[in-house]
Amino acid sequence: MSHSPSAVEQHNPALRHHFADMEQQRQASSLGMWVFLATEVMFFGGMFCAYLIYRYWYFNEFAAGSRSLDIWLGTINTAVLICSSLTVALGVRAAQMGKRKLLVILLLLTIVFGLAFLGIKGVEWYTKFQEHHIPGSSFSADDLIREYPQIRIDPSHEQIFFSLYFAMTGLHALHMIIGVGIFTFLTYYAWKGRYTPEYHNPVEIGGLYWHFVDIIWIYLFPLLYLIDRKPLK
Amino acid sequence: MSEPIVSSKLYLGIWITLLCLTVITAGVSFIDLGPLNTVVALVIATFKALLVVLFFMHVKYASEKLSKMVVVAAVFWLLLLLTLSMADYLTRLWS
Repeated sequence: MSHSPSAVEQHNPALRHHFADMEQQRQASSLGMWVFLATEVMFFGGMFCAYLIYRYWYFNEFAAGSRSLDIWLGTINTAVLICSSLTVALGVRAAQMGKRKLLVILLLLTIVFGLAFLGIKGVEWYTKFQEHHIPGSSFSADDLIREYPQIRIDPSHEQIFFSLYFAMTGLHALHMIIGVGIFTFLTYYAWKGRYTPEYHNPVEIGGLYWHFVDIIWIYLFPLLYLIDRKPLK
Repeated sequence: MSEPIVSSKLYLGIWITLLCLTVITAGVSFIDLGPLNTVVALVIATFKALLVVLFFMHVKYASEKLSKMVVVAAVFWLLLLLTLSMADYLTRLWS
């Protein structure tokens, strides 16, 4: 790493005075984002831990609840998020190469995929609402007990599965909404031409956030939708 | 610049791999493998997460060791949380 910044870097308006050069500034922002993501791992980790313990205790109810989720919509939503991660990765690449128009298009595509994910998630939640699977006073597991007579289901334990389902997908959806907000800002400033091959840290760390939220879903999908899908005896 | 530009072909390859693994993990869940169903689902999910972290999040190309250390630390603490908690719950019926 060079500690004698070139004339161009000294005059780069994007360089904050407390950094030696653009490269140090970029590495600092990237490291800061990774530290934040590490705290996010612990944030979601508590929920994954609760999930693990209750799944171990009430496996029957988790299996029945998992079967009641729409595996088609879940798979499509996973694919939608993977597509959005591709557009983010290509967007960071476009920013690195200084392709402004391509960057704006890819950021907009990411927002569209993000909103599509949230829309599909909303449809799934609405179905659960109609099926009385929202935990609370109107909760009912009667339909599951009727549909899966082979599985012994305790309705109060079934509520725990759905509590975790809504808490985990809800927290994930909240992260998606924040992500769409961040990407709206990024799109605006990308369109204004703020990001150059020398300075595009916001695109890079915004991308890190988006990929992280994608990874959470990569685990939520099998843990919630695919607990027990094999044919019942 | 120490920040490398990855070819778009590689990104597209990773994307297609991730999509294929998604279809495979959904399909395999319908086949009765006994307790292995959960193992297969988690192995595929971890492989997908690894692809995203290494390529999409550029950890494979990062020159700064600190970022890599943070990634390893995050996974380590998560495993610590899950392992020690389950060490309690899984052994309660032993005595």
